[in-house]
Amino acid sequence: MTVTDGPASAGLAAPGSQAPPILEAREVSKTFPGVKALQDVSITLRGGEVHALVGENGAGKSTLIKLLTGVYQLDAGRLLHRGNQVSFADPKAAQAAGISTIYQEVNLVPLQSGARNLYLGREPRTRLRLVDYQKMNHDAKALLDDFAIDADPTVPVATLALGAQQMICIARAMSLDANVVIMDEPTSSLESREVETLFGLIERLKASGVAVVYVSHRLDELYRICDQVTVLRDGRLVHTGPIGELPRRQLVATMLGRELLEQHARSSVTAPTDEADGDTPVLQAEHLSRRGVLHDVSVTIRPGEVVGLGGLLGAGRSETAKAVLGAQILDSGSVTVDGVTIRGGSPARSIRAGAVLLPEDRKAEGILPNLSIRDNIVLAALPRLSTWGLFSDRAARKLVDTFMTRLNIKAYGPGQKVGTLSGGNQQKVLLARWLCLEPKVLMLDEPTRGIDVGAKAEVRRLIDELAEQGLGVLLISSETEELVDGSHRILVLRDGSIVAELSGDRLTESELVQAIAGDVTDV
Amino acid sequence: MSETPTPAVPEAPGRPARSVDRSKVASFLQDNGVYVALAVLVGYNALFTNFWFTASNLKLQLVLVAPILIVALGMALVIGTEGIDLSVGATMAISASVIGQGLDAGLSVPVIIVGVLLAGMLVGAIAGTLVAFFEVQPIVATLALLVAGRGIAVLMQASTLSVSDPTLLKFGSGSWLGIQAPFWDALVPVIIVAFVVRRTVFGRRIVVIGDNVRASYLSGIPVRRTLLTVYIVSGLLAAWAGLVVTTFTSTNDPSTNGLGYELFAITAVVVGGTALSGGRVRILGTIAGALVMQVLRSTLAFHNFTDAVTQMVTAVIIIVAVLVQRKRARS
Repeated sequence: MTVTDGPASAGLAAPGSQAPPILEAREVSKTFPGVKALQDVSITLRGGEVHALVGENGAGKSTLIKLLTGVYQLDAGRLLHRGNQVSFADPKAAQAAGISTIYQEVNLVPLQSGARNLYLGREPRTRLRLVDYQKMNHDAKALLDDFAIDADPTVPVATLALGAQQMICIARAMSLDANVVIMDEPTSSLESREVETLFGLIERLKASGVAVVYVSHRLDELYRICDQVTVLRDGRLVHTGPIGELPRRQLVATMLGRELLEQHARSSVTAPTDEADGDTPVLQAEHLSRRGVLHDVSVTIRPGEVVGLGGLLGAGRSETAKAVLGAQILDSGSVTVDGVTIRGGSPARSIRAGAVLLPEDRKAEGILPNLSIRDNIVLAALPRLSTWGLFSDRAARKLVDTFMTRLNIKAYGPGQKVGTLSGGNQQKVLLARWLCLEPKVLMLDEPTRGIDVGAKAEVRRLIDELAEQGLGVLLISSETEELVDGSHRILVLRDGSIVAELSGDRLTESELVQAIAGDVTDV
Repeated sequence: MSETPTPAVPEAPGRPARSVDRSKVASFLQDNGVYVALAVLVGYNALFTNFWFTASNLKLQLVLVAPILIVALGMALVIGTEGIDLSVGATMAISASVIGQGLDAGLSVPVIIVGVLLAGMLVGAIAGTLVAFFEVQPIVATLALLVAGRGIAVLMQASTLSVSDPTLLKFGSGSWLGIQAPFWDALVPVIIVAFVVRRTVFGRRIVVIGDNVRASYLSGIPVRRTLLTVYIVSGLLAAWAGLVVTTFTSTNDPSTNGLGYELFAITAVVVGGTALSGGRVRILGTIAGALVMQVLRSTLAFHNFTDAVTQMVTAVIIIVAVLVQRKRARS
C-alpha cells in the first residue's frame, strides 16, 4: 500500500479509456451572496472509472457535488446525463436518475434498523399495505451478504460501528440502481480493515460500470484506487486528467497552489526531552477503569511531552481522553492535573485544573454552529473574562482578535457563524477556545481529521510549538504517520487496555501497526 | 429596505439573478419582521380606527400587555436553552392562591409578596430539577406542573376571591407619571432581564447551552446549574405576573388567573423572532411580539370582532412567524 512519488503506481488509467461519459458538467458556475463558489468548472465521469475530486477546504468540492446531486441549482453551464441535458430540481430527481451520494457524515436514521434504512420510502408491503418486515429483513440480509458486508440488518444502525453504517449507505445506493456514486470522504471514520472492505466494494462498483467520484484528503487512497483526478482551487478547475500522470508531490502543489510546505521535520520532535525526571508530570492518570470500556489505563505526561495514543476505533482512545476530562464515568482510577487531584470528575473541574480536550466529533461535541466565532472562542474562558459575573466585551474582543491572528483563522470577521466556516477553520476556532485558557494538558482527538492539507500542516506545526513551550499534549490519531511523527512516545490501546508503549528506536510506523494489530495477523 | 410593506412570506428560492435581493429581504424580515408587523398594526389603527390612536388608549395597551410580557421574558430565557415552560400559567394561579391565603392569615404586604415570589421559584425549581438533573424533556416536565399546579392552586384557594387591601392593590391599580402600575411592574423585569442577557456570564451560558448542550458541557459550562436557574427565574417572573393580574383585577381567583398564559407567552416569543430550537434570546423582539398580540386583540375588539376571530388571526400570525423563521434555517 506504500505509494512512491512517481507516477508508476496508479490504477488502470489507460489513456484511451473512452467509455461513454455517464455524467458531465460543462463549465458550471455557482455564486452565493458575496462568494463565487464555483466558476466554469467541467468534469466528465465515465462508467467503470473512479474519479478523484480533490482540493483544499473551500475549493468548491462540496458545491460541485451539490450541483451534481440536485441540492443546488446551476447559475451557469450545463449538466449532461448520458449525453442528454438535464437539470435536477432536487436531490430526489438526481437520485431517480441514478446518482447517489455517500456523505462524510453517515446519513441514516439512527434508531431504525439497517433493513428499514435500506428500504426507507420503498418498504415491501403485505397485502394489507402494511410493512412486510419479514421480507424486508430477508431482502436486506441478502443484499448485505451480496456485498460481503458483515452487519446485522435487524438492529438499530446507531448500535453498529461507523464503518458498518457506511457500508449500509453504499448498499442502499447500489440497491437503488445507481450509475454514479459520489463518496465524500468515505474513509474519514473507518478503521483500516473497514477501508479494505470499502475498496473491495469500490472495485465491484467499477466492474459493474458505475462511475465513482471519490473525495478524500488521503493521498495514499487516491493513488491506490482512482483512475482520474480533478483538482479544484478557489472555485476553479486547475487540473484534470489521469491520476497516474500527476506525481504526488505535484498533486499536492497543484491543490495548494504553491510549493509544498516544508514537510514535518521528524527529527525536531522525536528528539526526546531529557529524562526529565525532575519535572513533575502535568498529567497523571492512574488505573482508569470502567467495565467494558477501560481496564487499568495509566497515562503520565510531562511538560513539553507529546504522548500519542494509538489503537483502533473503539479501543478506548477517546474514552481515555474523556476520562481525564471528567466526562467519562469511571469505576475506579484517579486523575491528577498539574498537581491537583480531581475528584468527582466533571469537565468544569478538569478544565479549571488545566486539562482540555479537542473532541473527535467536531460538529456534535465541539462547535456552537449558530453562534459567532467570538462566542465559540470565549466559551470556556467566560469566567476569566468577567468580574462579578459581568462579562467584559472589550477583553473578549481583544482575546478573540489575538487568537484569530495567531491561528490564522480565515473568516469575514469574528462575527461570522462558525457553522459556515470550513472544517479546518472550525478546528482552529476550537483550538483557540482551549489555547486562550493557557492549559497545562492539551488533549487532541483526531485533530486533523477532515481538514485540508494546508490546515493540517498548520495544526501539526502548532502542536510542536506548544509542546516546546512546555505544554503536555495527548495526541490521538488514526493516521499512523501523524502519530509517529508527532509523538515522543506512543501508548497503544486494544480493547480498553494499554498493550504497548513505543519510544526511542521502536517509535516507527511498522512497530505501531504491529502493536495495534496485536495477535490479529491479517491487518 | 424598510419600506417592505407587510411581513408576507417571501417567495420560494427563485431565479438566481434576483436571489441576492430576495435573500436580503428575507433575512431582514427574519430579524425585523415583528417590528414591521407592529408598525403596520399601529399605523393602520392610527389611520383607520377611531379613538384608537389616543394617548389614553396607547397607555392602556402598555398596561394590558404587562402580564404577558413579564411571563414571556422568562419564557424567552427558557426557549433560549432549547426548553419550554408550560407551567407558568399554573404558577400564576398559585400566586393568586398564596395572596388569598396570606390575606386570610392577616400577613403584611411585604411578607405576602415574598411568599408569592418564593412559591413561583419553588415551582420553577421543581421544573428545573426535573429537566436538569433527571433529564426529563422540558415539555413533559412542565406539562406535569401545568396540570398539577392549577389543581393545587384551586385547593389552596382563599375564602374570598376578591382583594381589597389598599396597599397590595397599589401594585396593579396604582399609577405613576400617568401610567398605571402594571406598566412599571413589567418595565423593571424587562430592564433586569435585558441586562442579564446582554452583559452577564449567565446570559451567555443560556444561548451557548441552547446551541449545543454537549459541546457546552465538554467546555466546562455548568449546564445543570444554568438550566435550574433559568427555570427558577421563569417561575419567579410568572409568580410576579400572577400578582400583577391579581392586583390589577382585584381578583385572586386561581381558576382564572393565568389561564392560557403559557401559550400567550410562547406566542409572544415566537412571533418576536426566537426559534424554538434555542441558541438565541431576543428581548426586544419578545417585547414587540407581546405588543403585536396585544394591539391585534385591541384592533379587532375596536372593530367589534369577537374573541374567536382574534384567536384565528393569532394562529395565522404564529404560522407566518414560524415560516419566516424557517427560511433562516434553510438559507
